[in-house]
Amino acid sequence: MNQTTGSRATRILGVGALVALAVMLVFGLVFSPPEVDQRDAVRLMYIHLPSVAVAYTGFAITLVASVIHLRKGSVFWDLVAGAAAEIAVLFTGFVLISGALWGKPTWGVYWQWDPRLTSTTVMFIMYLGYLALRRLDLPPEVRSRRAAILGIISFINVIIVHYSVQWWRGLHQGQTLGVDTKLDGMMLFTLFLSVVAFMTVGAWLLIHRFRVAWLEYQIGLLGFEHALAERRAENETSGLYGSGA
Amino acid sequence: MHWEYVFAGYGIVFASLVVYVVSVLYRGRELSRQVPDDRRRFLD
Amino acid sequence: MLHDAWVMARKDLRIERGSRVVLGQILPFGALVLILFGLAISPDLTVLGTERRTVLAQAAPGLFWMAVLFSSLLALGRSFAIEAADGNLDALKMAGLDPAGIFVGKSVAVTVELMVLEVLLGFGAFVLYGAPLADPVLLATALLLATTAVTSAGTLYAALASGLRVRDTLVPLLVLPVLAPVLLAATLATDAAVFGPTGNGWSWTMLLGVFALLYLGIGMLSFGPIMEES
Repeated sequence: MNQTTGSRATRILGVGALVALAVMLVFGLVFSPPEVDQRDAVRLMYIHLPSVAVAYTGFAITLVASVIHLRKGSVFWDLVAGAAAEIAVLFTGFVLISGALWGKPTWGVYWQWDPRLTSTTVMFIMYLGYLALRRLDLPPEVRSRRAAILGIISFINVIIVHYSVQWWRGLHQGQTLGVDTKLDGMMLFTLFLSVVAFMTVGAWLLIHRFRVAWLEYQIGLLGFEHALAERRAENETSGLYGSGA
Repeated sequence: MHWEYVFAGYGIVFASLVVYVVSVLYRGRELSRQVPDDRRRFLD
Repeated sequence: MLHDAWVMARKDLRIERGSRVVLGQILPFGALVLILFGLAISPDLTVLGTERRTVLAQAAPGLFWMAVLFSSLLALGRSFAIEAADGNLDALKMAGLDPAGIFVGKSVAVTVELMVLEVLLGFGAFVLYGAPLADPVLLATALLLATTAVTSAGTLYAALASGLRVRDTLVPLLVLPVLAPVLLAATLATDAAVFGPTGNGWSWTMLLGVFALLYLGIGMLSFGPIMEES
């Protein structure tokens, strides 16, 4: 009997992720050169950008899985939506932390009222709310349906928040803050490598996190069936409801 | 230059990632004990 | 649908007329928030480059909307507390009321309550913060559209989080991030209405209208599935 959420596929994926991360670290911290203006701070890009990639992929998976769940009502897609959202929230946290630490040496401050920064933070909190809704004490089907609705609306809201904040800043002061980074071939390669590494980690995590959710669901079912069986046995011995079938 | 920010960033991100990975694997291990084999669809 | 909405709104407003929770409890709370903002931001600070305008007056539109948002959370909680009592929403659905109608009705009722509250709080901000009033028409339009956006989004999220136990703490977490753009637009529109036509007051007001329609639409579409209890 297998005692973990691992399988052949995840072990291969996991080893791949570890190797990719190790290579990425060597390239990111050693081989890739410092940038002209930002010096070594540019190395934070190799964790910042791939975290963005994983986070947005995760939220997109939540959106798609929510739509499928609403249409078909299958438990599988509900759990996929929840697992993807949790991972995406974690990586959004990475985006914010690495972004703040990158901002200090390049902009001089940890935080700017920049549209992207502001809307990413609001998005982070919005999906914390989504995860909180998934833990509500409701009948499972009701909770799943509401989570799916929220999973869809949240994605729309991210877009709305982003554009309204952009408009707000646009009216107040000239340009959106960008990081004017000059990348050479080595940097681009390292960036590519880091995105591959993080996406592999994300995929591996998604499978494991989904399996944990699936096991939780099965335990819930087992408990329910157990209670039902006990109830039937009780009824049969007391003879109140006949065979109880 | 700016290595303190680089190390802080990499440190926080990778440490949090490890904590999350360990917690997911640990929960999977705990829950696996309670679920019989015939219920383990999607697990291999 | 419109008839059901009318029935719902009238029911909720009648309950409010009997219990006076919004006027008797939530309005004083909102006034208190306004006063506490005055204590938090010193009334003696003035804005550089203006003829001795205080920071409090300058920030008045934003502070006013924060007070309204906090109050709206309480009003929304109240709006669903009166339904949770004996599975009231279920009963309404059994009675054949259109879910979209229930949604619109509840939103309208809270909108009416909040509009009353806003007029009184607005007067409070006018007095307490010494803010002027340049364009009453713009202000009234912005108030109505922003309030509709707040209540339609709020009703939708309060319904999503409605259940027996956890609602009170979850609703603010769900609603406030969504209302961030509404707060932004409402504050800027109010700013223009209060200090005169310096910014794009009417474009922000139009944006508030778009938000209001959008959340009304989403709410009407999703209220049915949300209320389905199985």
